[in-house]
Amino acid sequence: MLTGLEGPSPAYQVALDMLKRGVIAGPILVAIGAAIWGGPGAGAVAYALGLVLVNFWLSAAIIAATSRISLALLMGGVMFGFLLRLGLIFLAVWLVRDVGWVDMLALGIAIIVTHLGLLAWELKYVSASLAYPGLKPSKPAKSAKEAATL
Amino acid sequence: MSTIGAITEQAIELAQSAELAQEVEAEDAQSVAAAEGAGLAYGLAAIGPGIGIGYLVGQAVQAMARQPESAGQVQTTMFLGIAFTEALALLGFVVFIMLKFV
Repeated sequence: MLTGLEGPSPAYQVALDMLKRGVIAGPILVAIGAAIWGGPGAGAVAYALGLVLVNFWLSAAIIAATSRISLALLMGGVMFGFLLRLGLIFLAVWLVRDVGWVDMLALGIAIIVTHLGLLAWELKYVSASLAYPGLKPSKPAKSAKEAATL
Repeated sequence: MSTIGAITEQAIELAQSAELAQEVEAEDAQSVAAAEGAGLAYGLAAIGPGIGIGYLVGQAVQAMARQPESAGQVQTTMFLGIAFTEALALLGFVVFIMLKFV
């Protein structure tokens, strides 16, 4: 129970992939925010996207770091990490409450949409198999028939 | 006559200040209610995901301890489960933002 896990963390791998997809989708989301709410909407969507990506990365980093030490620490790390990340999101929103370039309504909506949207998008690329515990392999594996002919 | 005028003016001023005080009191009560509602929404919304994440991670750790060879697979599922559960807390947080700042 107290033994840690060895090897690269699949959670970290998935989080980095989400970060990559967030950067790809970022300009489109900001443009949508600007089209709906104007300049403050664009600022809010960009800020929300950054917040969500940092949240994912921090979550994965805590899981990766604690699971290497022990599984018991993983439990504690995830629970206190949840509290820590909620606090950090609150602090980040509190800091921009009176800033002119962030629309608060847009920020709230963008946090939810980007969080769920990135998760749903990432599900397409996650492989829940023992051979590839993190992401699916980038190239499709050759079929047995093709492999036999080579 | 001037005394009556002065008293009337004073009475009007008093009535105006009382009205103003009532308005300020009503605004204060509204902001207090909004703050209480926001705090309740955020706090209550964090309870469910807290329980959910605790249960999820507990079960995942048990699975990893029983079958260490499937730890990677379990960890991936656990990470995604945590992220989905956390979305509920974020929904409560968005309600908090709406009540407090919008």
